Amino acid sequence: MVVEFIVGIISAGIMLCIPYMIAGLGEMFGQKSGVFNLGVEGIMMVGAFFAFFTELKTGSSFLGFIMAMIAGGLMGSIYAYLAVTLRVVQGIAGIGLHLFGWGLASTFFRIYLGSITTIDGVQALNIPFLSNIPILGDLFFKHNIMVYIGFALVPLSWYALNKTAWGLKVRAVGTKPRAADTVGINVNAIRYQCVILGGIMAGLGGAYITLCQTQIFTDNITAGRGFIAVALVYFGKWKPKGVMFGALLFSLAHALQRSLQVYGIDFPYELAVMIPYVLVIVVLAFSSKSKHVKPADLGIPYNRESRL
Amino acid sequence: MENKNIKNKHYIDTCYKLGIVVTAILIALFLGGILFLMAGANPFEAYAVMFTKPLGNKFGITEMLVRAAPLMFVGVGISVAFRSGILNIGGEGQIMMGAAAGIAFTLIFKDLPRSVLIPSAFIASFIGGALWAGIAGYMKAYLQVNEILSTVMLNYIAAQIYVFLIRGPLIDPKEIASGTGIAQTELLTKTAWLGKLIKGTRLHTGIIIAIVLSILIYIMLWKTTLGYRLRAVGAEAKAANYAGMNVKLYLVMAIMISGGFCGMAGAVEALGVHHRGLEGLSAGYGFSGIVVALFGGLHPLGIIPASALFGLLILGADMMQRAVEVPSAIVLAIQGLIILAIVSTRIFLTDKKIKEKIIKKIFFQKKDKIENNTETDAVETEEV
Repeated sequence: MVVEFIVGIISAGIMLCIPYMIAGLGEMFGQKSGVFNLGVEGIMMVGAFFAFFTELKTGSSFLGFIMAMIAGGLMGSIYAYLAVTLRVVQGIAGIGLHLFGWGLASTFFRIYLGSITTIDGVQALNIPFLSNIPILGDLFFKHNIMVYIGFALVPLSWYALNKTAWGLKVRAVGTKPRAADTVGINVNAIRYQCVILGGIMAGLGGAYITLCQTQIFTDNITAGRGFIAVALVYFGKWKPKGVMFGALLFSLAHALQRSLQVYGIDFPYELAVMIPYVLVIVVLAFSSKSKHVKPADLGIPYNRESRL
Repeated sequence: MENKNIKNKHYIDTCYKLGIVVTAILIALFLGGILFLMAGANPFEAYAVMFTKPLGNKFGITEMLVRAAPLMFVGVGISVAFRSGILNIGGEGQIMMGAAAGIAFTLIFKDLPRSVLIPSAFIASFIGGALWAGIAGYMKAYLQVNEILSTVMLNYIAAQIYVFLIRGPLIDPKEIASGTGIAQTELLTKTAWLGKLIKGTRLHTGIIIAIVLSILIYIMLWKTTLGYRLRAVGAEAKAANYAGMNVKLYLVMAIMISGGFCGMAGAVEALGVHHRGLEGLSAGYGFSGIVVALFGGLHPLGIIPASALFGLLILGADMMQRAVEVPSAIVLAIQGLIILAIVSTRIFLTDKKIKEKIIKKIFFQKKDKIENNTETDAVETEEV
């Protein structure tokens, strides 16, 4: 019973961590290049809506993911234009983008769906042989395909950031944009790429919530996951591995909260829902003192024409 | 001649600034119009309903002011924080914590005379909101935690605490007895209700309290040492530090004042409108208040008219929902667009090179055209 309970929580935690992780990795690219995007939550909501809507109309989850990524990429490019070209104050602009995405998703939900409907979504698949292994099979080999793709993105992101020329440029642009500019790196182009990539991944994270997790769409479905994803980047010290562990931490808290309800343990529902958010606050309080790993020019727009 | 030139330059400058801001708002409304089209409504009709229908009768105007009161509290509060360089996104949570504190106080001390009960309920709400915001302030000042993230997280936590309170400890005993179990507190004692300004409407004295306190905050920020220091910390923290100010302390103080004002918005809703604590009390005012603060130029005297305008917008959206069948959620998207438009203007107002380029284009090459129109067009092409 106890083993079952724990296996259930960990297995659910692995399943639930994907949206945090994908969106967090995307945000990490943006922040590495020096752009702070707080609108992830809004982008995720738009992604969640478009994925759901596409699946409902066409029956294809694949198309749903593609549409969510396109929508996320568009939102990302809006933000890139504001943050990079117009050099806006990034914190506030992110909140603007969040409200815009939220309003957009809610409005479309009411116009095009009207009420809550369900879709098939992406089902979990049992990997032959491996899923039969006791405990391990339940833990790792009975998930939907996006879980494996999500975890594959972690080493991929690490490789892209640390082992490719492009990754070097990203890090240079986020740390010393003027120096990068001097050696011929197009600072703004790199930042655009990173922010748009972040948008695409946030859209994908949102799509995961509706297609793989809930199979329904309701108002405010992302419930702060986008903001947690931003916090994860801080917590993970701007490293893909760190983002992954952070995502697991929060999803385990989330899974614990859900199983408290399922198992009927007498604990006020509202206080259980609070757990992941409280965890963010606690984690932020203990992790943000380490300043040295933060990209030096995070949140500072680069103006080529300004004097030194 | 010299004098005339300077005067002329000043005139051009003002025109330019006004033109940029007006253009930004027009672009936001234009993009909002596209949303209306996607929703299958005529944008002109929708905007017309939104901005004019409420103003047609006594009911509409009073309802607009009912919504303006909490917006004013939140807007002023948020501008105090912004002026001190701290971005308070936690309005929603602070409203709920303030409301919870005020309601709990009123429920416990219901026998107090009216002249004591109402002010002390407001003070309780102020403290509730201020302490809640103070968590984020402390974390920002002493642990370098990004205040946007912490206030957003505190919003989610506050929402749960608030619902927990009105569903648990503060629930109306009648709801339990009858078994319906709606999450709301019992009706507050009548002595705590804010007085009606106009009979037969919902307009209450909260709007007057809001205006008076806004003016007090204006005086505090611009006419006292404390206000000067708060603004100095926001404008240039390093310089303020050199001048011997305790920057961290002022940061915490600023966000606590900010949270306190948001908390009082909760009190105004509880004592003035609902007369009890119920779900959905904050009604998104915490976010709309940010838009109000930005729109009002982060200045209490600008926020007073701005909150009336956004009160109109929110009420108008509700009416529009019935008239042209567009969900009122669209107003959220429009508010987001307005924020984005306002923050985009900064580069055109502060970057001298861009400014000179645009001014040259408008004033010195196409002098024959009407100034305002060309200004709008020029900036539009610049921004698209």
